[in-house]
Amino acid sequence: MTRYFTEDHEWIEVDGQTATVGITDYAQSQLGDIVFVEVPAEGTSVAKGNEAAVVESVKAASDVYSPVTGVVIEGNPALEDDPALVNSAPEGDGWFFKLTITQPNELDALMDAEKYKAFCDSL
Amino acid sequence: MNAPNKSGWKPEMTPDTAAAVPTATGNRALMLEEPLIFEIGGSETTGVDLPEPSEGANRLGGMARTEPFGLPGLSEPETVRHYTRLSRQNYAIDLGLFPLGSCTMKHNPRLNEKVARMPGFADVHPLQPVDTVRGALEVINELAHWLIELTGMHGVAMTPKAGAHGELCGILCIRAALEAKGDARKVILVPESAHGTNPATAAFAGYAVEDIPATPEGRVDLEALKARLGPDVAGVMITNPNTCGLFERDMKAISDAVHAAGGYVYCDGANFNAIVGRVRPGDLGVDAMHINLHKTFSTPHGGGGPGSGPVVLSEALAPYGPLPFTARRPDGTVDLIEEENAGEEHPLSFGRMSAFHGQMGMFTRALAYILSHGADGLRQVSGDAVLNANYLLRSLEDVLDAPFAFSGPCMHEALFSDRGFADGLTTLDLAKGMIDEGFHPMTMYFPLVVHGSMLVEPTETESKAGLDQLVVALRSLAERARAGDMSLKNAPIHAPRRRLDETLAARKPVLAWSEPDVPAGHPTRSEQGGS
Repeated sequence: MTRYFTEDHEWIEVDGQTATVGITDYAQSQLGDIVFVEVPAEGTSVAKGNEAAVVESVKAASDVYSPVTGVVIEGNPALEDDPALVNSAPEGDGWFFKLTITQPNELDALMDAEKYKAFCDSL
Repeated sequence: MNAPNKSGWKPEMTPDTAAAVPTATGNRALMLEEPLIFEIGGSETTGVDLPEPSEGANRLGGMARTEPFGLPGLSEPETVRHYTRLSRQNYAIDLGLFPLGSCTMKHNPRLNEKVARMPGFADVHPLQPVDTVRGALEVINELAHWLIELTGMHGVAMTPKAGAHGELCGILCIRAALEAKGDARKVILVPESAHGTNPATAAFAGYAVEDIPATPEGRVDLEALKARLGPDVAGVMITNPNTCGLFERDMKAISDAVHAAGGYVYCDGANFNAIVGRVRPGDLGVDAMHINLHKTFSTPHGGGGPGSGPVVLSEALAPYGPLPFTARRPDGTVDLIEEENAGEEHPLSFGRMSAFHGQMGMFTRALAYILSHGADGLRQVSGDAVLNANYLLRSLEDVLDAPFAFSGPCMHEALFSDRGFADGLTTLDLAKGMIDEGFHPMTMYFPLVVHGSMLVEPTETESKAGLDQLVVALRSLAERARAGDMSLKNAPIHAPRRRLDETLAARKPVLAWSEPDVPAGHPTRSEQGGS
């Protein structure tokens, strides 16, 4: 499994044709306490760079963009009752949605962990 | 000053140590600990004597309520005291400076109130026959005239009830104008420096919203805007002066480019206070702009009264404006144009924004404000508002980071960021500290283009002495935040209630009172005989 990152602070972990998407630890620390998450429903088509989910903190509401094009398999049901999971485990149990990737070559443009760390350090 | 108290002696305020000594009631002299109305009222108490219902008149078909309402009952003096006590824990523009950016919390002149309470304005009903309310219609028409005059526009829709409602009205006019040409454009462009309601309005009206970035100096990126214009763009929503407190110098070039591409320009007029009497948006190519009467024209708001958001319209959009509106007839009377008589005069209207004519009480106040200030007075309003904001900007920029101060004077509001605060201290902590200092906090975390932003709008109605007090408070708080004074995390410590858990409130909101579980044998307050 390989994990990639976007400049909008989403991560995507790829396992064959399917992948899991969430927001990074850096993103959750910038947002502050997260109070609400809206994840896409099963079967939703998402396009690379388009809004796929919504996250609300006490400070602001933000869109979460899909790192690649695909079809949603599952939104994380745990986030409805416990949005704080995004704060406590952003890159684990606080994942947003899983999808089937339809354009695998889109992954080439994303950052790996090392590049993403350098990107965050430059902000 | 010839102060009679030449020695300058005054009794000291109660020291903090006194607060540590409990009282039996929880009250602290004039600071009264007031329970919720549900906790002091009993359903068996009432301040009104109602006659017993007559026998045999029940036509409810067995649907009559059998359970008690559960509403709290209080006598009249108990009710008056309850709300008066609560009001003493509130902050209001009549108590002090209210530096909420983009809200224009200015003083509401008492002359406005006197005029609004005249029975001919206060006691009219929107369904009265037109012939009995010619004076009220005259006021609406006169105010409409001056709003058009001040903005250099062609027409005005008076019925929208507040800013966001006005935005929707303007965007619906744009949509109606495009649809009349058979042009189904799908996109509205919104710069990052626009108000947060703008993208919401465009989306609500059925448009896709696209961002236009800001330049490093906090203004709309004209080249990026021009590059995005095309046959799918219905228009742009731009806030001028923008939410960075800056005037969009390229406004005319922006309008020309949008018009050349076949779109329309909506201007968010919430910040009109900075330019009223000096700049006419019509001269800048604006097609529609809402005016917050409750901001620029001093009608009460923020819990003090309803908003009102008339929308001025260009010649291109005016024919599509909503019904009803007023018009002067050749015989000099002012008439109301509604569906029944609009056919010939206003066939293209997109419909109604509200059931009736608009916020009458706000119209009378706004007209009183405009006429009592006159042209020179309104010019001075914007001049003093900008002067006051710049006084704050320059008095604070050495202790609070002012990200756009390099690009010249600000308009009516000064923008600061949390840069330079010690680790662990945030804009929220500084804002809570302001409560301890006796001020309402400023607008926080908006605009989004600045990290931890603080947007401060003093308005023209604050004196230099009042501004200096705010500067003393903000300088002290900023220095504590820079020095890492973690006691700020506990602020407010002097308020009737300490810092609330906003996260818990958002995650597990409790929106209605419910009776607590009372242990058996423990009498409730109403069983004890009320207060």
